[in-house]
Formats: sequence, structure tokens, C-alpha cells
Amino acid sequence: MSSTAIISLVFLIIGLLFNLFGCIGLIRLPDVYNRLQSATKCVTLGTCSILLSLIFYFGFNDTGVKALIAIPLLFFSATVAAHALVRGSYFFGIKMGEGSVKDDYKEQADIEEQKHQDHEVS
Amino acid sequence: MRYIAHFIVLFGFWLLLTLDLSANNLIVGAVSALLVSAYFGRFFMRGYRKVFHPHRYFWFIVYLFIFIWECVKANFDVAYRVLHPAMPIKPGIVKVRLELKTNIARTLLANSITMTPGTITVDIIDDFIYIHWIYVSSTDPEVYGKKVSGRFEKYLKLIFE
Repeated sequence: MSSTAIISLVFLIIGLLFNLFGCIGLIRLPDVYNRLQSATKCVTLGTCSILLSLIFYFGFNDTGVKALIAIPLLFFSATVAAHALVRGSYFFGIKMGEGSVKDDYKEQADIEEQKHQDHEVS
Repeated sequence: MRYIAHFIVLFGFWLLLTLDLSANNLIVGAVSALLVSAYFGRFFMRGYRKVFHPHRYFWFIVYLFIFIWECVKANFDVAYRVLHPAMPIKPGIVKVRLELKTNIARTLLANSITMTPGTITVDIIDDFIYIHWIYVSSTDPEVYGKKVSGRFEKYLKLIFE
């Protein structure tokens, strides 16, 4: 077994482990917002790690470079999706779970909601 | 000029994606990049001249390493909170004042905050950024402002402003 294959295997195992942690978090954490935390961070790094293992496995040819380009694309899409989901579920009216200590967003969200309703009426 | 900057970015991306320097491929890439930049070039970032400044790329690489380090730390942090039997979480949404002015720098800051320990960007309204935090460790706005965005803001300022 060559050394690049071993490195690739290590990255693959790390990636699978982090994806597993992300899924456990998705089940264990209490509300939508906390679940998204684990869904964005662990799953994104896990998938990036799997893509890195692909680069080491195939070397620096067209397949490897495609995997390299997929990493920033994944980063941007995952973060934007998480932001949209958090904001959307807040406006949909899902309350933050028990044990939440602070909510600075409420007043601003109410103002935005009011604006939106005014816009729909007029 | 804005259209040319957009064209260069698109064409470079095409070359990376195909990794093939034959004439056919170059022509297809150039034509499609030209079409796309003709339609969407006007949405390209303001201050496009900054694309041509080399020192900004240097700071971008420095920022990239810091970002990767923070991102790996974030993952261990979340994995620890998920696997711990008692789940030490204390969630809340906090409000932090932004120092950055340009849209693209704010976008990148919001994305970076989403990838760092226990924080997700919820919204940006005027000069404030709203962040959902899985463990609100202090109630003082100064302290958590520094903790959440202070690490990235100075580098993003050097890159984009």
C-alpha cells in the first residue's frame, strides 16, 4: 500500500466519523437552530475531508482538481443554506428551545414581519 | 473593466474545472464565459479593481489558514457537545456590531461565522449582525463581539477594503 493511499484512507475515516457525529447531533440536540449547528459544521467538514481523500487517491489530475474545486462550492452553499433555513424557520414562528438564554433578534424580526405584512396589504 | 474582471474569474474557473488546454476546450470556455459575463457582469462586486492587487491575495492566503484552523476547532467543539452525555449547551441569539462596509466582505464574514465554533449567522440588518450561538458564554456585548467576529474582521478589512 502506497503512502498516498494510506493518507487518503485516514482522511476518509475522519470524514466518515465527522459525518456520523453530525447525524448524532441532528438527533440529540433539542431544537431546529441547534440541529442546524451540527448539520452545517460537522457534515461540511466531514464531506470536505472525504473530498480531500479523493485528491490524495487520484493525485493532481482532472478528477482530483474537480474534488478540490468542490470544496469551496460546498462551503458557500452549506453556509448560505444554513442561514436561509435559520432565518426562514424563525419567521415561520418556531420558538427557540428550552434553556435558551438570550434572543436579540425578536424585536427586529417583529419589525420586518410588520413591513412584510404592510407590503402584502398594499 | 468590471466585465473583464468577471470574465477572467469565470474563465479561470472553467480552466480549473476542465483542466484541458486543447483549442476546442479553450474556445468553448471563452465563449461561455463571454456570454455569462455579458449578462451578469453588472452584478460583479463593486470596487472590481481590487481583483488586480497582489497584496490582497497574500492576506487572503493568511486568512484561509486561520479560517481552516478555526473550522477544525469548531468541528471538535460541536462533536464534543453532541457526544457529551449532559450536552453542555446554552443557546441564544446575540447581536454584534459590524465594522466592515462592503457587501462582499460582509458576505464572507457571515459565511466564516457560520463555520466557526457554535455560531450561525441569522441576519444582517443595517450595521448589526445577528448570530445564533450554541453556548452564550458572556452577556457583555464587547466580549462576545470580540469572540465571534474579531478574529476575522481585521483580515477581511485588509483583503477587501
